[in-house]
Parts: sequence; C-alpha cells; structure tokens
Amino acid sequence: MEMPTPDAYVLSRKDQIVARLAEVLPRDAVISDERETRAYECDALTAYKCPPLCAVLPANTKEVAAVLRVCHEMGVPVVPRGSGTSLAGGALPTADCVILGVAKMNDVIETNYDDRYIKVQTGRTNLSVTGAVETNGFFYAPDPSSQLACAIAGNIAMNSGGAHCLKYGVTTNNLMGVTMVLMDGTVVEIGGAHLDAGGLDILGVICGSEGQLGVVTEATLRILHKPEGARPVLMGYDSSEVAGQVVTDIIKAGILPVAIEFMDRPCIEATEAFAKAGYPMCEALLIVEVEGSKDEIDAQLKLIMEIAASHNPVELREAKDAEEAGRIWLGRKSAFGAMGQINDYMCLDGTIPVSSLPFVLKRIGEMSKEFGLDVGNVFHAGDGNMHPLILFDANKPGDLELCEDFGAEILKLCVEVGGCLTGEHGVGIEKRDLMNVQYDPADLEAQMAVKDVFDPAWLLNAAKVFPLDTSRARRAA
Amino acid sequence: MKPKSEDELAQMIAGANGPLRIKGGGTRPIGRCEGTEISTANLSGISLYEPGALTVVAGAGTPISEVEKALAAENQRLAFEPMDHRPLFGTKGAPTLGGMAAANVSGPRRISVGACRDFMLGVRMVDGAGNIIKNGGRVMKNVTGYDLVKLMTGSYGTLGVLTEISLKVLPNVECTGTVRLHGLSDRQAIESLSSALGSPFEATAAAHFPKGPSGDPVTMLRIEGFESSVKYRADKLQDLLKAYGEAEISIGDGSEWAAVRDVSSFADQVGDVWRISAKPSDAPEIVSRMDAKAVQYDWGGGLIWALADEGRDLRSALGDFDGHATLIRGKADVPTFQPEIPALAAITAGLRQKFDPRGILNPGIMS
Repeated sequence: MEMPTPDAYVLSRKDQIVARLAEVLPRDAVISDERETRAYECDALTAYKCPPLCAVLPANTKEVAAVLRVCHEMGVPVVPRGSGTSLAGGALPTADCVILGVAKMNDVIETNYDDRYIKVQTGRTNLSVTGAVETNGFFYAPDPSSQLACAIAGNIAMNSGGAHCLKYGVTTNNLMGVTMVLMDGTVVEIGGAHLDAGGLDILGVICGSEGQLGVVTEATLRILHKPEGARPVLMGYDSSEVAGQVVTDIIKAGILPVAIEFMDRPCIEATEAFAKAGYPMCEALLIVEVEGSKDEIDAQLKLIMEIAASHNPVELREAKDAEEAGRIWLGRKSAFGAMGQINDYMCLDGTIPVSSLPFVLKRIGEMSKEFGLDVGNVFHAGDGNMHPLILFDANKPGDLELCEDFGAEILKLCVEVGGCLTGEHGVGIEKRDLMNVQYDPADLEAQMAVKDVFDPAWLLNAAKVFPLDTSRARRAA
Repeated sequence: MKPKSEDELAQMIAGANGPLRIKGGGTRPIGRCEGTEISTANLSGISLYEPGALTVVAGAGTPISEVEKALAAENQRLAFEPMDHRPLFGTKGAPTLGGMAAANVSGPRRISVGACRDFMLGVRMVDGAGNIIKNGGRVMKNVTGYDLVKLMTGSYGTLGVLTEISLKVLPNVECTGTVRLHGLSDRQAIESLSSALGSPFEATAAAHFPKGPSGDPVTMLRIEGFESSVKYRADKLQDLLKAYGEAEISIGDGSEWAAVRDVSSFADQVGDVWRISAKPSDAPEIVSRMDAKAVQYDWGGGLIWALADEGRDLRSALGDFDGHATLIRGKADVPTFQPEIPALAAITAGLRQKFDPRGILNPGIMS
C-alpha cells in the first residue's frame, strides 16, 4: 500500500513542533520519544505500520483546538485516532503526522432519560456508553464487534454498524449532535438534543467522513430503552442458496428481526474447533434474533420457524433459556478469533444486494481455488453486509499481496452486483485505491470538494479514502 | 423546462444563464425563490424494487403514490410516512420522491424509525455546474466515501437536482393501536409521552393536541405490529400511564394518524405555519413563549407545529433554544430557515459555492 512521501520540511522541524505542542498541552500529553510513538504506529490493520512524528492526548475540546491551531499554523498533517481498532487503516499514521488521540476524553457530560439522549466525550468506548445508562434500562444501539474497545470518535468517523442495525440503524441514525474542531481550530456545534438539521444536514456528511473533516470531541447520542427480552434461533441448511431464500422469505413475511447472521462451512468448522458451540456441520448457518415481550417473541419465532422448516433445514434450534441463547451466539461471536487461530486473516466488508448472495458466495468459492487461499464467510445477512475472512500466512513472502489481490477481486464483485466496497468498516487505506471501481471521477470530485470546504489545506488524515493519484494535487497544494 | 433524461438535465443546467427553480410535484411551496422552472416530471418511474432486500429505486419525478402502491402490493411501505403538504398549502398535483427527499419530509414515525434522510440509500443528481454525480447506492449498509446522500436530503435542491433515489423500505404492519389520554396540560402530556417513549413498549408515534377535536386536550400514542403484540403493549402503556388518567385504547387501521402527519387541523385556518424542532422536555416552555393561535406537538414534543398571526416573527419570540424553527407556510418577512451560527454558516456557504458555484439552483430558498 503506497503512502505519500513524508514532508521533509515537517520532519526537519520535529523539535519545534513538539515544543509548540508542549506549550499548549500538559506535559504528559505530548509523546515524542521514538520508543513511545511506536505504540501509535498502526491500528487493527496491522499489516501496515509507520510511527508518527509525535502523538498528543488532549483532554478536552479546548486542548484539541489548541493542538489543531498549532498544526494548522505550522502546516503539520494530523491523523485523528479513537481507540485504534480500525480494520481499514483509518488511524494509520504518516511519518510526518501528529497523531491526535482522544483516549483521555472519556467523560459522560450529560444523561437525559426523559429526552432519551446521552452526551459524551468521544474517547469513550462504545460499550461504556451503554454501561453508563444500562442501570436505568437503556442502551446505545450501534454495536460493532469491537465495541469493548472502540471509541465513539472512531464510530462517528467510520459510521460504524453492528449486528443489530437491521432494526436500529448504524451510527448516523443514532447520532444527534457533535462538537467538532476544524483543522484551523474553530469549534463548531452541530445538532443537539433535537432531531434533524435546521439547514443543510452537515451532521450527516460528518458522520462517516473518516476523520477528514474535523475532530469530533463530543457527541449527543440517542439512547433507547432495552426490549423486554430477545431470543435467537439457529438454523442450518445444505446450501447458501436455500439459506438466502430463507432470509428473503422472513423479510417478505413482514417480520423484522433485530439480527440475521450467516456463516458458511469453512467458518462453521473453524468456529467449532475453537469455541465448541455445538453448531451443525452444514453449508450455511443462520442465526435469527427477535425482540419483545415473551408473547411477541413466541409469535414472531413461530412464523420464522415455519418459514425455516419449509426449506428442509438440517437443523433448527430455538433457544429455550439464556444459556442456550448464549451458546447460539457464542460461535458467531468467536468467529473472527477462530479464524485467527488457523492463520493470519484479512477481513473484508463489502455489501451486496441480498438477492445476489448465492451468486457471490459461489464466485468467492471459485476465486478461493484460483488464488489458492482459503476463505470463510460470516456476515450480517439481513442487510447484505458480508465479511469474507481470507486466510494467509504473513510470514510467507508474497502471501499478503496475494491476499490483497484476492480481496480486491471480491470487493469488485460486490460493486459489480450492485453493492459497495465497505458496509461498516470504512475505506481508510485498505479500500482507498478501489474507490475508482465504485465511483466515477465526478463522484469523487464532489466528495473531495466537501473536504476542501472543511480542510482547505488537506492536512487532516489526507492519505485516506481517496486514491492517492486522485487527491495528489490537493495534498500538494 | 422538462428534461427527458439525466443527460438532458445536465446540459440544461450547464447551459443555464440565470436562476433555475426546481419543481417536483409542486405541492410543497416552502421558502421563496425566483427562476426559470425546471421540472423533474419526466424523470419518473420505478427502475428496481426488491421486496426481499427492502429496497426500491426510482426516478426523482416519480409520484410518491406510485411507489406506495407498488410497495403496498408486497405488503411494504415507506416507514418514515412522508407528510402530505397539500392540505396545509391547498396545493394540487402529485408529491414526488424528489420533492420529498429535497425537503427531508417525514411524519410521526420519525421518532421511532428515523427521518426520510435515514431511509435514503443513494442518489443520482446533477450539480449546479451540470456534473452528473452519484453517491451511496442501493444497499442498506454503505460507508464507501462521504455520505453526500444525507447532505442532499433536505438541501431543497440548492446543491443539485436529484434525478434518481434509492430508498430502504420496511414491512407493513398487521395492526395499529392508539392510546389516548384526555385533559392533560402540555407539561403533563409531554411527560407522559416521554415516559411511554422511554419504555420497552415501542410507541411509533407520540402526539399532543392542547385543543383536540372537541376543544379539550388529547394526548395520543401509537403502537404497531402483530395484533396480539399491539394489544399487549397498549395494555402495558395504559398501566404505565395510570398517573395521567385512564387511557382509552382503540385498535384499528391507524387512519387517525394521517391528520397528525399532515397537520390537518391547521389546513383551513388563516395564519402562518411554523415548524419547530426542539428538545422534547423544553417544548411546553417554548410553546408558552410564543403566544400561538394553535399548537400541535408531535415526536413526543420534539416537533412543535404552531399557527401564528400572519406576518409575525415568531422566531424572535422563541429566543435561544436547543433546536430550530422553520417558517413552512406564510408571509412573515423573516428568513424561512433558522439562521445558522457563524461557523456553521461559513461551512454551508462553502458547500454551496462548491456544488453550485454560479448560485443558480433555487437561489435563496434556504435563507
């Protein structure tokens, strides 16, 4: 993956830059020692590493504004960082950048149950947002797999989803307002405890802009009361076509489960070896979860089980209690870990129209043979968001490149059938050079024009999202 | 002008030498602007509908009724229940998808499932320089690049003319229940709605009329789903709201909610119509400040519809609050939209400059 050549002038002024940052921040908030900056050299896309010039850990909006003013004045690139869990390289540094980490900013500013929102500093982790309101029976709905570690700042940057977004939506549907600092240090309040924009929906374009428009320091998030209960069922089928049909039939029957998860045979095998969840060995496994009162759950599951049974399942299992529900989810939740036991893997994130599912899975199987790399599929079937996990050996020369080529072919296929490159992980550097597959030059030009407005000098996370050739003139200006 | 294709529209915009006024169905004359009329009427028709994928794609000029008819045949719907502005404005014609998206038109269900902007999956559009641009797509989860779909939704045609729209749709419901409370003060009513919306019983609408059809206050909650579930949750809400009086439950097709959606009670009344988005618990106090002729609360208090004397600057009576006020219908000599704080106004102006450098698309409509 190509990254821009570091700015030699910036590199040569490291001492001055660090000194200026130290003037505006507490002593322990500036990290410039080379042994320590290494902690920030990558995010969860660990194949790519580059220590930054330095890292700063501001504690509030004012300090973030001070940092950005200094960097803006001195022409220093800035890469914002949440918890560093991006699978797309969204927080990968360049050698000439200041990493702006929001980890210290994890306070709850306000909770309001009458108006159903919570206002937090964005370094707070996703799960601890729910943690702050769950004693009152509330939760924050978007639930990315990394929710134990990932920060709200990163969730907003990537517009993160999760397993339950079929019903509750993704980050953008649950984000009501932000405090954001622009690259020149200007602080902007957008949205708040009310719904919808009074003018242009600026909040809508900030969410998912991958830290390229500003640094979001505070967020107002919608919270919901937990449902009375939830129950999953597990079903196994002999072919992915049939499983795909079951998904379609459930949705067409007017039922909206909170989650429909899919795993294919390679994934089931790996998971069973790892977590021993008692999954049936079959070509396609579905976990469908519904919510509500006991009666509501019974009524919905009755319909779902009828549909499931009419397609000759090899297994059909309804959770009778919390323990069994936990076991049904256990395998799905350990799928990534299980694949990681076998080998290094790359996790893709394309979305496809649900109707293309059998075709795409078949093609991925064929490509797996062509490339000679194994692949397991686990994904959110209700919304078509796939997560093919390609196995490779990082220690084997050429294997990573082969894996990336295979991944690129899968993502091109996703676009070809009417889908997209990324459903919830973001573009980062990982899918940056594939953007031309999905978008024409005019489409990318329109997106880059938005960045021009927020960050005219292209200092914020500028080596991401847009192919380097496409953004070169702007970054060089 | 009535372009027959996206390409023709692009040529017309590129070749325009003066302001253009973009027209969908012409049923929502919100804001003021002058210019040569350019209609999306010929960019019409559903090009793709996959019920199993909950997605529909159609031209911006497609009448909403055509889409709703196609969805109903598969027992699905536009869940954000776009308001029909015709009663309020006394306009004729057929509201279009493009107009709906351009004005981010939602209804009472916004409080539970989201707004029009939350159901917008993708757009094709022509910007003010005549460039054809697409963003988003037709799948439900998509974070590929910036979300210009949200930026376009609610931009009233000022950043580009929409040509095609993909929407997420949802299953229709079997049954609707309405829970009514009577005689509550505004403050009690909003409190009761907040406690219902903060419960696990999933109300999909929450409204309050200080003067209901009989002249007395009526507070309404809507529950939707399978019949047994609706009855169960209605009972639970009745129980939960005991402190506010004996709630009355009716089970049916939910048609009474169309009047809430369309603010029908203001339809034939003289006066300016304001739409105010606020923090729900602030709403009664905001209403007490404005001395309106009539008021309707929706979204559990988060949306206030106010009927005010013609020509009055209601916004100045509201002062500072967490939210914004839009003059939907009326002649008051004030900005139609809430003036933005300077930092935000600068961003807005910057975006307009990029997407419509000549300032020819619906100029001034959002001021």
